[in-house]
Amino acid sequence: MKNAVIGNNKQKANLIVLGAVPRLLYLLQQETSSTELKTECAVVLGSLAMGTENNVKSLLDCHIIPALLQGLLSPDLKFIEACLRCLRTIFTSPVTPEELLYTDATVIPHLMALLSRSRYTQEYICQIFSHCCKGPDHQTILFNHGAVQNIAHLLTSLSYKVRMQALKCFSVLAFENPQVSMTLVNVLVDGELLPQIFVKMLQRDKPIEMQLTSAKCLTYMCRAGAIRTDDNCIVLKTLPCLVRMCSKERLLEERVEGAETLAYLIEPDVELQRIASITDHLIAMLADYFKYPSSVSAITDIKRLDHDLKHAHELRQAAFKLYASLGANDEDIRKKIIETENMMDRIVTGLSESSVKVRLAAVRCLHSLSRSVQQLRTSFQDHAVWKPLMKVLQNAPDEILVVASSMLCNLLLEFSPSKEPILESGAVELLCGLTQSENPALRVNGIWALMNMAFQAEQKIKADILRSLSTEQLFRLLSDSDLNVLMKTLGLLRNLLSTRPHIDKIMSTHGKQIMQAVTLILEGEHNIEVKEQTLCILANIADGTTAKELIMTNDDILQKIKYYMGHSHVKLQLAAMFCISNLIWNEEEGSQERQDKLRDMGIVDILHKLSQSPDTNLCDKAKTALQQYLA
Amino acid sequence: MGIGLSAQGVNMNRLPGWDKHSYGYHGDDGHSFCSSGTGQPYGPTFTTGDVIGCCVNLINNTCFYTKNGHSLGIAFTDLPPNLYPTVGLQTPGEVVDANFGQHPFVFDIEDYMREWRTKIQAQIDRFPIGDREGEWQTMIQKMVSSYLVHHGYCATAEAFARSTDQTVLEELASIKNRQRIQKLVLAGRMGEAIETTQQLYPSLLERNPNLLFTLKVRQFIEMVNGTDSEVRCLGGRSPKSQDSYPVSPRPFSSPSMSPSHGLNIHNLASGKGSTAHFSGFESCSNGIISNKAHQSYCHSKHQSSNLNVPELNSINMSRSQQVNNFTSNDVDMETDHYSNGVGETSSNGFLNGSSKHDHEMEDCDTEMEVDSSQLRRQLCGGSQAAIERMIHFGRELQAMSEQLRRECGKNTANKKMLKDAFSLLAYSDPWNSPVGNQLDPIQREPVCSALNSAILVSRSQRKAAIVNLSLLGPRNPQSAKATSSCPSNGTGHTMSRTDGSIWNWILCIRHSGRLPTLAMHFKSSHYIVAFSQHGSRPALQI
Repeated sequence: MKNAVIGNNKQKANLIVLGAVPRLLYLLQQETSSTELKTECAVVLGSLAMGTENNVKSLLDCHIIPALLQGLLSPDLKFIEACLRCLRTIFTSPVTPEELLYTDATVIPHLMALLSRSRYTQEYICQIFSHCCKGPDHQTILFNHGAVQNIAHLLTSLSYKVRMQALKCFSVLAFENPQVSMTLVNVLVDGELLPQIFVKMLQRDKPIEMQLTSAKCLTYMCRAGAIRTDDNCIVLKTLPCLVRMCSKERLLEERVEGAETLAYLIEPDVELQRIASITDHLIAMLADYFKYPSSVSAITDIKRLDHDLKHAHELRQAAFKLYASLGANDEDIRKKIIETENMMDRIVTGLSESSVKVRLAAVRCLHSLSRSVQQLRTSFQDHAVWKPLMKVLQNAPDEILVVASSMLCNLLLEFSPSKEPILESGAVELLCGLTQSENPALRVNGIWALMNMAFQAEQKIKADILRSLSTEQLFRLLSDSDLNVLMKTLGLLRNLLSTRPHIDKIMSTHGKQIMQAVTLILEGEHNIEVKEQTLCILANIADGTTAKELIMTNDDILQKIKYYMGHSHVKLQLAAMFCISNLIWNEEEGSQERQDKLRDMGIVDILHKLSQSPDTNLCDKAKTALQQYLA
Repeated sequence: MGIGLSAQGVNMNRLPGWDKHSYGYHGDDGHSFCSSGTGQPYGPTFTTGDVIGCCVNLINNTCFYTKNGHSLGIAFTDLPPNLYPTVGLQTPGEVVDANFGQHPFVFDIEDYMREWRTKIQAQIDRFPIGDREGEWQTMIQKMVSSYLVHHGYCATAEAFARSTDQTVLEELASIKNRQRIQKLVLAGRMGEAIETTQQLYPSLLERNPNLLFTLKVRQFIEMVNGTDSEVRCLGGRSPKSQDSYPVSPRPFSSPSMSPSHGLNIHNLASGKGSTAHFSGFESCSNGIISNKAHQSYCHSKHQSSNLNVPELNSINMSRSQQVNNFTSNDVDMETDHYSNGVGETSSNGFLNGSSKHDHEMEDCDTEMEVDSSQLRRQLCGGSQAAIERMIHFGRELQAMSEQLRRECGKNTANKKMLKDAFSLLAYSDPWNSPVGNQLDPIQREPVCSALNSAILVSRSQRKAAIVNLSLLGPRNPQSAKATSSCPSNGTGHTMSRTDGSIWNWILCIRHSGRLPTLAMHFKSSHYIVAFSQHGSRPALQI
């Protein structure tokens, strides 16, 4: 059987159909079978698993995994190796659920123990781990069973395969895991620290696979906070290595992985972004990612075309991701990216690609570039970026919506020329819709964009916003569990309530509710920023002509203002001070009565006290206010 | 501030990159300048405190810069050879520190070199060979055979072909002819070499007037040297030490080795003490005396030169007179030099030389050439007639040069060659003059190689041995040119340089598995320019 099925998928399928698997498993588990027979069975099963995905499914259906795991308890090394080899093949197949490795709690410790048996057990077990470690739960299980100590010394194994699989293990263990990463930094192998060993493995004469994987390990450890971003092993080793992985000489898969890892590495650090941007003409190098499939490959070689087509999406999204990271903070880098041949066109095209991954990456890239005031005013306008963006926002999955709406916030900034056309294409409705989302990130973005939109806007827009948002929704947002949502909602209110006619107009229609909301927040348990924002809203209201009365007739509110004037926090004192100034301003109608009422409340005494304040700003404000009384 | 590379003779008053054969990266705008006044956007700007590195890759003739240890990507491609590191300073008070590797570089150049070594090694490993059994072997045998044939080791080539069942592409007679001509050139007997060439390959030199001119200029130099046959027969005394070449062809296989190899022989010939030339002696003995005998002879001579006189006399009476002139005890001859140079060639001579050949050589080489520091070398061997002949020949050469210019247009290489040769006459002691290196026998090598290549081309043999061509292809534009153009004007020399180093290199791989020649290229020609801060002024570190 063994010889018949080797390399022959048809024969494998035939044998499976004929029911060979249960029989082989029976022989494998039978106590009376000799070890030689058991080993041969495991070898044949391993060969069957090497076939199509359907083969693997058939094997899984026959409960092959528990049988093979049971086999690992045998004392015979040859048999164990055969079982592990078969398990390796099965677990690396995409159709196998990795949970199957963790169902029996005794399996992991036993595998750890088998790691010392031979180079084959080492290779297979590491490979199983690196394929089955998905997410923090798996990482924790493996870590708690001593994966780091057991696998670390394999990095110096004489066998390349063992070294490579061990390295892969560490990359999956360290990913987004501070606990593992912090441990790895201090592990010694043969007197050398693990990071130093990783650095050696990314030397330029090592196989590309090894360079790339060790660069990943170092990247993940850095992102998990275990290595500083200004450490030489990141700045002078990992980063240049990843840039090299993006070069034209590398395979398409390597270029994708290299660009994605580099994007992840430099994402939070502007200095790394600057270094990457000047290394080996990276920005120009990435432009090449968009040239697949090339016109040449189409004609010359069908196989090549197929290969290029398969990777074209991956390449594009990887390039977008890296551009997004590169341009996240530095204005000059953004400029360089946009000046790269046809880059804006490419990104805009990317917005309407069928692949969700590419669309998401393109939106991210644009979002990153949209942080530039200059670009918002020029390239974004020239390329009418808002058009495809508005399209993306219709019925997109949440992950795209989050980024796209963040970008919309930037495009709605007061100085952005895209603001007008976006408003005209129904953005208000869309954003109000977002504020009702389950996803807090979407709610924040929705309200944030509305806030930007309301900034110094004309009356009509403000009315539109209020109408489509509805006061009920506004109040819901004011009691939102997410602090960001609350802050931006207050910001929106503040923007709505600016310039006197707008204040009076809005307060005349929604005054009661707004005053209620303000009272509620000032009474609630909120942090300083929230209270300050709320007091600013009150100050804005106090600037209105008719709106003033809503405060003056509300003793409760007046008492609160008085309270905050004497608050220990200067910011709040200042904000309350603004309210008072607006209320007692001389030239306005009825100022005399207001001054009198406030004097009766004892405000003047407080003003006198504040005019002695060590804070010059506060002191000046108090003095100006007192002058209003003197005049 | 500009940092870059320039060829010899580039105007030193301008920033690198602005002029022809000059390349630079400028700090004020971050542009790269490739022999042009207008720059291309290249990298970031740099200023006080930055460390800028410049790396020339001699394998693919490219150059990249680094800033504070970060590679900025390729700046120039297709660079010409022989560039010098250049820094241009424009602002008063600028200071630079240069680091040529005496301090560790910020950029990890070792890592870069490792990558290239691996790359080249992989290229060699992946060299396409047919899968069929024995093809590897056949190919290596072909390489060896073509090498032997190219350099004219006919006896070895014959024996090798016999034992490996191969056919030698060239007739043995033809190999021997080439060998004879090469021997004459290397012995400095240019007149005879030209004559023989014209006899054996009648139209060759007519078709290659530049080559003929090169040969004639060399003949003139050899006349000054007193080694050319035309002046030798006129001279009252035997030719001088400069005729140090053993008559059998020295395997000048490896140009990268040849300086040191040649130096040994040179020491033999014109070292501090007196030196004897043993080639004639060998041909006399016709292989009877073994290497060991040579060595013991040498040792005894070391003790007392007079002791050897009878022995020498007994071998060849005609030598005795010269040997008697030989007064110095200060014989500085190292035995290993001896065995390296003469010993090795003597065995070649024995193996390769046919008996007829030996006879012929005996005729011209029976005189033992001896030189000592006490004996001043004299122009054309000291004979007035020879000097007159030389002057006359010089006039002919001048006429030939003028004619060449009329027919083929200006040729700066030719012009310079002739000027240099004539300059020899301006000094009372040409050997110790600034242009004296022309008299060095090593200078015969390029001429010899060019002539050999031309003959092979005319007989449509490979101009370079398979070994040299097959492995890596043209290593640089220069070698590519050399393989396709007429081998006159010394281009043959360029080719032989490349050929040899690859050959040498392959041998070394076999021995140690490493790539020493490659490493040597890096070591000798890699430099990094770097800046560091000095006070508040910009500082350059090279």
